[in-house]
Amino acid sequence: MYSFNYHTPTDLDEAIKIYENSDDPKYLAGGMTLIASMKQRLASPSDLIDLTKIDSLKSISNEEGQIKIGALATHNTISKNIEINEHIKGLKRLSTGIGDQAIRNFGTIGGSIANADPAADWPAAILSIKTTIITNKRQIAGEDFFTGMFETALEENEILTHIIFEIPTYFTYIKFPNPASRYAIAGIALSTYDKDVRIAITGASHSPFRASEIESALTENFDLNNVPLNTIAIEDMNNDIHASAEYRSHLVDVLVKKAVKDFLK
Amino acid sequence: MKTQSVKININGKIYEKDIKSNLLLIDFIREEIKLTGSHIGCDTNQCGACMVLCDGIALKACSVLTAQIDGSEITTIEGLSDSNNLHPMQESFKEHHGLQCGFCTPGMIISAISFIKDKPNPNEYEIRKHLEGNLCRCTGYENIVKSISAGAEKMRGI
Repeated sequence: MYSFNYHTPTDLDEAIKIYENSDDPKYLAGGMTLIASMKQRLASPSDLIDLTKIDSLKSISNEEGQIKIGALATHNTISKNIEINEHIKGLKRLSTGIGDQAIRNFGTIGGSIANADPAADWPAAILSIKTTIITNKRQIAGEDFFTGMFETALEENEILTHIIFEIPTYFTYIKFPNPASRYAIAGIALSTYDKDVRIAITGASHSPFRASEIESALTENFDLNNVPLNTIAIEDMNNDIHASAEYRSHLVDVLVKKAVKDFLK
Repeated sequence: MKTQSVKININGKIYEKDIKSNLLLIDFIREEIKLTGSHIGCDTNQCGACMVLCDGIALKACSVLTAQIDGSEITTIEGLSDSNNLHPMQESFKEHHGLQCGFCTPGMIISAISFIKDKPNPNEYEIRKHLEGNLCRCTGYENIVKSISAGAEKMRGI
């Protein structure tokens, strides 16, 4: 790992000031991806700005039908949170399926979303559930947040502070994990708001996306036999050593059906 | 500021040191403090041989900076017992032969202890699921699972 300056600001203003006065800075959350990337010299920031001393970014609250999660809440904290488990039950399966215990102890929801790994789990929930991403500057609709592989709508020095989840009528997340990393080879998040069905897919393509054709078919008639097959173009699917594009396309159909079955249970 | 002063409690003893900001926790523990019970296996956050308890929860020390855990309490395998009395989980690993070459064992024991705190009475499936973050290349999982199950009983005081 190359050397760098290390900072521990205790509020957002201080963090941004340090960012602006540094050559090539990076914000650090749990570090479960960033530190590994730095060890491999895939990332070599001049300055690392550790945000974990900013306590206001760790809170979780339920405010009038909306769950507000601080960006620095860890996957494990989220999986054990009473409000979340009562109102958006399916997030427990999502958060306990990430990596392993040690990674869930330190990895954060904000880090996962800001990193925008195409096979990460949280992005599927961000798109499927009606969400708003709060930063130090503005609010971004969840569906406008992911702009490409490892790319988001966040500007250079912008800090993701909270995520607001509008509580759905139902939510489930189901993935086919890579057996070594537990990243999603394909993962499906299904939310309903009354009859309105929202489905997001992660892992299958270069960035997470909504499956609009499947959504409209299920919104019209929520039935296992009504799941349209092969709706995502094979050219849009990832094709790598873990799975071929055809295999991923098939996985999407299988996992959507499993999610529908989860709902009908 | 490429160096950093940190104050870390390791096994009940406080260490105040000036370190390089890119020093990994596992290197701090092994090279600076000279506690070599926590191992470096894969060095990529996967195998769990470097696992320590950080404020009571499991952490892979190869994948965090020492600076990140400034102010925390770390327990390594050496801190679980004095030379006469083994921790109940260590005892169980000994009794059930939960090791072959022993390289992964410190991490397995640390991982098991943090797990049992959370789930005092796990079934076999839960133990196996929990061990996804600890690899044994001898593949001696059968006895590791038995050891953790028995260790859980001991920790519950049965």
